[in-house]
Amino acid sequence: MVGGVDAFRIGVGAGFAGDRIDPADALARDGGLNAMAFECLAERTIALAQLARLTGASQGYDPRLRRRLAGTLPHLLPNRAVVTTNAGAANPQAAARDVRALIHELGLPPVPVAAVTGDDVLDVLDRGNAQLWEDGRTVADLGDRVISANAYIGAQPLLDALEEGARVVIAGRCSDAALFLAPIMHHQGWSLEDLDRTAEATLVGHLLECAGQLTGGYAAEPGRFDVAGLSRLGFPFADVAADGSAVYGKLPGSGGRLDCTTVLEQLLYEIDDPGRYLTPDVGIDFRAVTIDDLGGDRVRVAGAVPVGRPEQLKVSVGVRDGRLAVAEIAYAGTGCLARGRLAEQIVRERWQEVHGLDGAQLEISYVGWNSTRPWWEPEGADPLEIRVRFALRTPEPQHAVMLCEEVEGLYTNGPAGGGGVVTSVTETVGIVSTFIDRDLVDARAEVLA
Amino acid sequence: MIAPLRLGDFCVARAGDKGDSSILMLAPTDPARLPDVVASVTPEVIAGHFNLDVSHVRLHPSPGLGALTIMLRGRLGGGVTRSGWAEPHGKTLSAHLLDLKLSGEPADGRIPKETSHDLE
Repeated sequence: MVGGVDAFRIGVGAGFAGDRIDPADALARDGGLNAMAFECLAERTIALAQLARLTGASQGYDPRLRRRLAGTLPHLLPNRAVVTTNAGAANPQAAARDVRALIHELGLPPVPVAAVTGDDVLDVLDRGNAQLWEDGRTVADLGDRVISANAYIGAQPLLDALEEGARVVIAGRCSDAALFLAPIMHHQGWSLEDLDRTAEATLVGHLLECAGQLTGGYAAEPGRFDVAGLSRLGFPFADVAADGSAVYGKLPGSGGRLDCTTVLEQLLYEIDDPGRYLTPDVGIDFRAVTIDDLGGDRVRVAGAVPVGRPEQLKVSVGVRDGRLAVAEIAYAGTGCLARGRLAEQIVRERWQEVHGLDGAQLEISYVGWNSTRPWWEPEGADPLEIRVRFALRTPEPQHAVMLCEEVEGLYTNGPAGGGGVVTSVTETVGIVSTFIDRDLVDARAEVLA
Repeated sequence: MIAPLRLGDFCVARAGDKGDSSILMLAPTDPARLPDVVASVTPEVIAGHFNLDVSHVRLHPSPGLGALTIMLRGRLGGGVTRSGWAEPHGKTLSAHLLDLKLSGEPADGRIPKETSHDLE
């Protein structure tokens, strides 16, 4: 094995809730894995799942979990591999029961399945003193708009579950890295008290957690950074050696590219200060990490240095945030931008004069011109087609509908040649962040027999 | 006239988000050029290119890695869960960064307005 006789091979089966299914199936089938982790939980997913659960619209966990496991467990479980995921979202226990049923339906021998709970801190959070990172107010100030509060818990309860014999561990909110950390620590017999080992294993999790982002797809640019086989991009795995270093690879024949550039881009992905990357289990200094290209889409990475363990955990608070209305209309040909700007002027004036509202509350940008950067005004030749994009966030449901109607009204009333109106109104959930003392969070594993 | 060097001519970049902040990594394809990048890509230049007050910009060079990380506070219209923008993750801002011309001037654009979004 590439990483040495004692290497432990862990692969990633999903890098986000909407990730592809088939690369995980292939990696589980042909990868010779000892463990596979599925990262499926975006920041607001728990709040949305909590809302859906309250209305009876869902069980509160990721509806794609079954599809992800149906193609992978038949390869993983007979080979004694373990599986971790955060797809339990707002209801890990129900998800764990469902996975047990799935294992039975697949005709596989039963294995212990664990649910990790305790990340839900809605009832233990001291709302009056829990200050929001965003604006210094407290959670209590948000009143009854608060839907959920979940702490980013670390790897300990997942590790406990594995030590009690669980083969599939279903968590809700935990650090993404914990999904990888727990199986590695369990296999190597490392303790989370050993911060050096914890830092190295967390680095493995950090590099793998976005799946295809490590194997080059997200770096691809024709002519500048060519990557072959992107329609069959392979998900990565790591061979973690007993010294904590790891060699990363992907299946032979899969698409993608794994080299120093793709690893460096992912190493620093979403990292503000590389000298102090905070996770629930350890703070890490990445600045001395070494990246060695071994050729053949294999890269060796090591050198994460611990900088202590945070005393407090991050809490994501889900907040009812009113409605978001988005309405667009297209214009084409010479002068389309000018006609679009006239449409903007018309809608702003009507918002003010007909409806008596503040026209400045409408956020207006031009798809094909500046919609990804509404704070930016390009120069140069006018585009030959654009969509004017009107957006409004509002607590008033009727105002959201009114914006859609105003944009639709541009059809016959002008400017000239407007078409292809699309509108949407969604109930939105915002996420704000606060801290909780680690000691107040009772994270634990429950292994279903 | 020789066109000014674009960051994208010799660097790669990747953008991500945390709340209302955009976090970008920037690395020259030849790590030996990091000092040139650090000398040119100052907080003031980045603030101009992203239409932010310089107090909202934080840079962390990592000489050992041959890369620079850039934090832009309040550049995502409220962040992915709260923004009404077309691309609230700011994933596309890596390409915006690579379009920066090293004369220090914003590339092909002028800055229309400052925007801010506070939690209501």
